[in-house]
Amino acid sequence: MKKLTLFSIVAAVVLLPQLAQAMHIMEGFLPQMHAFFWLAAVVPFLAVGVGRINGVLHNHPERKLLLGLVTAFVFVLSALKMPSVTGSSSHATGIGLSAILFGPWVSAVLAGIVLVFQALLLAHGGLTTWGANTFSMGVAGGLTAYLVFRGVRVAGLSEKLAVFLAAALGDLATYMVTAGQLSVAFPDPVGGITASFFKFAGVFALTQIPLAISEGLLSVVVYNTLLRYNAQGLIHIWWNGKEHKA
Amino acid sequence: MKKYENLILLSLVVLLAAVPLVWNSGAEFGGADDQVKDVVAAINPDYKPWFESIWSPPSTEVESFLFALQAAIGAGFIGYWLGFQRGRRNGRTA
Repeated sequence: MKKLTLFSIVAAVVLLPQLAQAMHIMEGFLPQMHAFFWLAAVVPFLAVGVGRINGVLHNHPERKLLLGLVTAFVFVLSALKMPSVTGSSSHATGIGLSAILFGPWVSAVLAGIVLVFQALLLAHGGLTTWGANTFSMGVAGGLTAYLVFRGVRVAGLSEKLAVFLAAALGDLATYMVTAGQLSVAFPDPVGGITASFFKFAGVFALTQIPLAISEGLLSVVVYNTLLRYNAQGLIHIWWNGKEHKA
Repeated sequence: MKKYENLILLSLVVLLAAVPLVWNSGAEFGGADDQVKDVVAAINPDYKPWFESIWSPPSTEVESFLFALQAAIGAGFIGYWLGFQRGRRNGRTA
């Protein structure tokens, strides 16, 4: 039985080498109405996020460096395209850590910043799809990571496990939402949105799983380092959810 | 064990990236946005993107330069943060 499972995994990997994942939605690949809808959807999150960041800078200047650190983490992870088991490459987002430490609103702003950079200089993602991409990466990814972290903590499991699961599942949530956005814009003529969703999700499902695990592991590495050097200030933020209001 | 935890975690990340390269060595490891184009074309052959990228890197070399630059900016700050925290802690105990 184990052999059969292993065989099917190997077969999938060999037979589907062209499967690659849909990082961000490319320029011009959402119809206008959809593009504007997601832009409008993401604006309130960005507005609150900018407010939160201002709050951190004014009321907790000692957290400025920490904010810089989570931003840098997003920059690094979303720039590193790593090879995955399916024979294609993809990258993580790094957004989970920022959501855990500063709340999902701030994550939305950080995702927006990185995505502007990548749309303008790298032709990666796009300006017309910026709203949709910021929503999937910052809002959906950030919110998922934040809720998973709180949920695992409430369940009484270790903080380290909470960080790992939050970052990994936040990463996966980003890609599921991307597939959802595409399937709503391009419903299958026969099977509708559901059939479309499986087609788009199938493009990245296998590829993204090892990358989500990598993102979780790297987030734990940063967490360990944070505890080593900055334990008191950090635990203070983490244990009091209200502190996010800064 | 605790002392080496980060080292072990980082090794796992390296393994996750390295194993596919060896195991699936015939693959192209192409980046992937183009795959979506194919799915869109299959579902709705009439769809035409209504906006093009304002600027695209002229070659894959320039593109990887810009990706490396993005990673370097991030990694540079992380290095600064690490050094700053370490120095501050050592300064306190000294």
